[in-house]
Parts: sequence; structure tokens; C-alpha cells
Amino acid sequence: MPETRAATLWYRRLMLGLLLAPALLWLVALIVLPHVDLALLSFRARIAPREYAVSLDQYRTFFNEPLYWHVFVRTALMSALATALTLLVAFPIAWTIAKLARGRTSALLFVVCLIPFWVSETVRTLGWMILLRESGVLPALLVHLGLTTQPVELLYHDATILVGLVYTSLLFMVVPLVGSLESLDNALIEAAYDLGGKGWSILREIVIPHAAPGITAGCIVVFMLTLGNYLTPTLLGGKNSLWFTEQIYTQFITRFNWEQGAAFGFLLLALSTAMVWLGLKVSGQRFSDVMRRA
Amino acid sequence: MAATPDLEVRSLAKRFATHLAVDDLSFSVARGSFFSILGPSGCGKTTLLRMIAGFIQPDRGDIAIGGRSMAGVAPNRRPVNMVFQQLALFPMMSVAQNVAFGLARRGIGRAERTRRAAAMLERVGLGGAGGKRTDELSGGQRQRVAIARSMILEPTLLLLDEPLGALDLKLRDHMKIELKQLQAAFATTFVYITHDQSEALVLSDHIGVMNHGRFEQLGTPQQLYYSPASAFVAGFVGANNRLAGKALAVNGALVQLATSGGWVVHAHRQGPVAAGMAVEAFIRPEATLLARSAAELPAGQTAHTGEVISLLFDGANSAVLLRELQSCVEFRIALPQTGAYADLQAGARIYFSFDPQRAICFAAADGHA
Repeated sequence: MPETRAATLWYRRLMLGLLLAPALLWLVALIVLPHVDLALLSFRARIAPREYAVSLDQYRTFFNEPLYWHVFVRTALMSALATALTLLVAFPIAWTIAKLARGRTSALLFVVCLIPFWVSETVRTLGWMILLRESGVLPALLVHLGLTTQPVELLYHDATILVGLVYTSLLFMVVPLVGSLESLDNALIEAAYDLGGKGWSILREIVIPHAAPGITAGCIVVFMLTLGNYLTPTLLGGKNSLWFTEQIYTQFITRFNWEQGAAFGFLLLALSTAMVWLGLKVSGQRFSDVMRRA
Repeated sequence: MAATPDLEVRSLAKRFATHLAVDDLSFSVARGSFFSILGPSGCGKTTLLRMIAGFIQPDRGDIAIGGRSMAGVAPNRRPVNMVFQQLALFPMMSVAQNVAFGLARRGIGRAERTRRAAAMLERVGLGGAGGKRTDELSGGQRQRVAIARSMILEPTLLLLDEPLGALDLKLRDHMKIELKQLQAAFATTFVYITHDQSEALVLSDHIGVMNHGRFEQLGTPQQLYYSPASAFVAGFVGANNRLAGKALAVNGALVQLATSGGWVVHAHRQGPVAAGMAVEAFIRPEATLLARSAAELPAGQTAHTGEVISLLFDGANSAVLLRELQSCVEFRIALPQTGAYADLQAGARIYFSFDPQRAICFAAADGHA
């Protein structure tokens, strides 16, 4: 008997291992290994051709060069702003889908949010460029309506980058918000209303506390996506975009300075981790609750 | 001059698409009384309650609360509070915060709010539970929080939407008594909706029995039980034996009727009944006398013969289910408390009779026997 039991246990472990193998392989080969290598890269400096030494030079450069940390802070602030704007835009949409629309209408609204994602991000962003460039559709329309005397360049502004980022991120905010708002019992809203609550106080006291895990989840996802976005800021912001991912790209591709690029990559990772931690602390949410919503 | 009723409903009507939920309803509820609206699901009672609370706008008619018309007054401005079916306590708040919620909305300061919430919790027997989360309370305690949360605003009217529905039977019985005591203690007018006739009977001063958007009867629990105004009320309130048949002869208030199986009984007429009409008669299980031989039954009453189908033992509510010998109609008779018939076996022959004055006969609503 003990042998059979041991055999069963062994068999179970084998099955579990096989089931988890693809995920583990993916995790180790594509995420852990490259990061370990990048970490090693970031902590070395070239002292002579083909000769490297362990050093903190790459990180020192970041702090000594104002442009780098200026872009770093700017990227963080712009991402935070884009996240906040996405939340403001997504909340009414999610409310409509979860609480006001019924059946087919609700599904249709969801599809409308999803449609932009059938097109690749590059094509979508190029679409924005066609609309917004000086010779594009929107400036021509403004001239036609007599609002401006000559076509204005709508590309390459911070506001343009924000619009593009919010547009790209919207779905990732709407989905967790709809989930958390759908689980809100309508009777709670009615009860609050019955007890003298008004729109704003019900939103603040009942709806937002209930939806907090969904809001936090959406914000974390959108913030990470925005922070790591390369295409949208580069295409819509042009040379003025000053996005940190561009700096990383430049180090790796233009300057062949992989050590510097790796260090920047780790700084971005640290930033995103710190912001997620801060977000959880401020909203008083637990990571596991939030991730269940996302 | 009578005091202004706390609730006055005048020719109220509401239609949903093709379905008339509330049909030209008028009634008033006296100050400090416990009023129940009793009806099967889909009878329009929830619509009526939600119109009083202000969540649904009536198509026609008016609702006056404390003498003031509520037309165009939003739910958050009405002197009415509601205890919801699933109670709808706010899970994101503590018990005390739940109770103080309404006060906060009225702009009352934090210290005053805390003091009054604590006093209210004390009053409903939950002193010291203010810091707990709502899911740490038992079903009965949660209900008390829901009532405290509403009562702290001192409403003219407290609406209760089947709050006992979600509780198990034992707790429901307990909460019935507690609700009645709370209502007496607060002396506030309660309007209670339920589909459970026993809840309505135990709790209420007055009951409106609702069916198809109208009140079939409005009266005290005793009136509904002993003199139902319609066949629907007789069938819905309390246990009853229903005999469908045809009136053979009408002698003043007394009707002689025969079921389709040929069983002839006498019953007291309620409303117009003429010979030859299809009728329904109702006889309460406890209005019937049982005997082992026909000679033991009262001399003036017709003796009927039955065969026992089964003994339904339920303590003080025990009954015997039997089949009338001639027509095979099933008939339920309450067993006396003495335990005299506790040994009845299925198939046993038994005799029974009832006072025709306590059997009620209506003309059948659909005109068919």
C-alpha cells in the first residue's frame, strides 16, 4: 500500500509539473532569463574594447545627466495624468454599460469600445496623424468652419500625446470598471438615495468604495501600459515627446550602448513598481483583490 | 375630527407596457398603525411600495404623506424611509456608519452623528456593535441595523419590503415578534408588504389583500380571517378547504350547494348567490368537528363521512387529511389539542360536521363550477 500511495503522489506531481511546464517555461525563458542578463549588463561598464568591469557607471550617468532624469520624471507625470484622464473618461462609459444599458445595448457598447483594437496600434496611431497633421482632416475642418485662418499643426503637442494614450488605454480601464460596477447591488444605491443621499454623495460614499478594487486595477494596468508605451508618444509627439522608452530605444539601437539601455530599463521597472505600490497604499487596496479584478 | 392619516393614497394607477400593476387604488393608513399589503408575487404590491417611496412615478392619482402631497417630490426628500428586501446595508461601512449615513446626508456634525447613532443602536438592542462590519452580524441583527438606519431619520412612514423573506423559518418567527415590538416602541407608522399571510396576520393592525393591482379586501386580521370578502381572500388568508360546486337552493343567507361529485353541504352566503349559480365554499380546518361515530356530532349539523388519507402531525397545528366518502373531495380538519385522534390510521372511517354559519359561500368568479 505505501508504495502505491507514493506512486500516486509521484504521478500527481508529474501531472502538475507537466501542466505548469508551458507557463513556467515562458516565465523563465522569456521573462526571468532576459531580465537577469539585462541586470548583469546594467551593472558593468566598458573600460577598454571588449573589456568590461563591474560598475555603477550606468546609473550614475542617469543621475548626473539632467536630460535623462528630466525625461524620466516627465514620463511618470504624463503617465499619471493619462491614467487619471482615462479613469474620468472610462467611468461614465463603464457606468452606462454596467447600470443603464440592458442586454443587447450593453453588449453593443462593449463592442464599440473593443473595435479600435481590431486595428493594430501602429495603424491606429497613423490614423490619428492623418486626422491631426497640419495638412490633415481636422485642421482643414477648423479652417472651413472659420475657427482658424490657416491650418494649425495639431500634432507634436503634449495634449496630442495624452489624447492618443487615453484612446489606447480606454478599454483596459473600462473592463475592470464594468466588472466592479456590475457587482454593485442597485438596492444599495436606492437605499442611499432613500436615506437622503444625492448623486455626488452616493458616488463618493457607495459607488467609489465598492468599485475601488476595479478602479485600482484599471489604473495600474493603464499606468503600466502608458509608461511602457513607445509608439504613441513617438508618433504623436515626435521629437518633442521626450518619453523614457525612447531613451531606452536610443541607447540600445542608435548608440549600441546596451549597458546604459539596460540600466534605464531597470529604472523604468523600479518606477512602475514604486507607482503600483504607492497606488495600492493610497487606495488602501490589497494586491490580490485588485489583480482578481484586472 | 379625525387626525390626518400618515399615508393617503387616492386613485393611484400604474401601467407597465400591457400590464396594469396598480389599478385605481385608494386607501389611507392611520398614524402609528402597522399596515400590511398582502398579496401573491406579481400582484403589484412592490410597485405600490416603490411609488410611495418615490422610486416609481404613478401614471395617475396622488400619494399624500403626513397630509402633504408627494407629487414631484424625489425619494431623498420624502419623509419616508425604506427597509429593503435584502436589507441593502452598506458593506463598505461599519454598523455605526450605516446608521449615521442619513444624518451625515442632512449635514449633522460628526460628534452629534456618532452620539445619535450609538443611542439608536442601543435602542434596537445593538449597543456596542457600532464598530462591527455588517457581515459580522446575524440575520436578525442586520435587520435591526436596517430599521435603525431608517428610524434615525424619524420618518413619518417606514416602508418594509418583505424584509423577513431572506431569513430561515425559526428566525423569521422571532423577527416577527421583534418587529411588532419595535413598531410599538417607535410608534411610527409601518407599511409592510409581504406574500406571507401569517406575517401579515401576526404583525398588522390593518391589512390590504392585493390581487391584480387592486385591494380585494381591506380590514383587520380578524375581519380577513373570519369574514373574507372574496373567494380570493378566503383562499389566500389562512388555511382553508375549498369546495367548488353549484348552488342547489338559497334560503336567506343559507346556501345549499353540491360539488360535482354530488356532496351536498350548507354554507353561509357572502354576496349575491342564486340557485343554479356556480359557487365556491370555504370551510376552515379548525371550524370542523371530528367524531368516530356520527352520533357524537352535534344534533343540528349535517354529519359527513370521510376516509383518512393521512395524519399531518405538526404539534399544535396537526391536522388530518381525509377524503369525503361520496365525492372523494380532499378535506383537511384540524386535530383537537387533546390528542384524542392521534392514533388515526390511513383508511380509517371518520365522521365530521361543521356549523354552516362558519362555512362561507361565494359566487364563483369565473362563473364555472
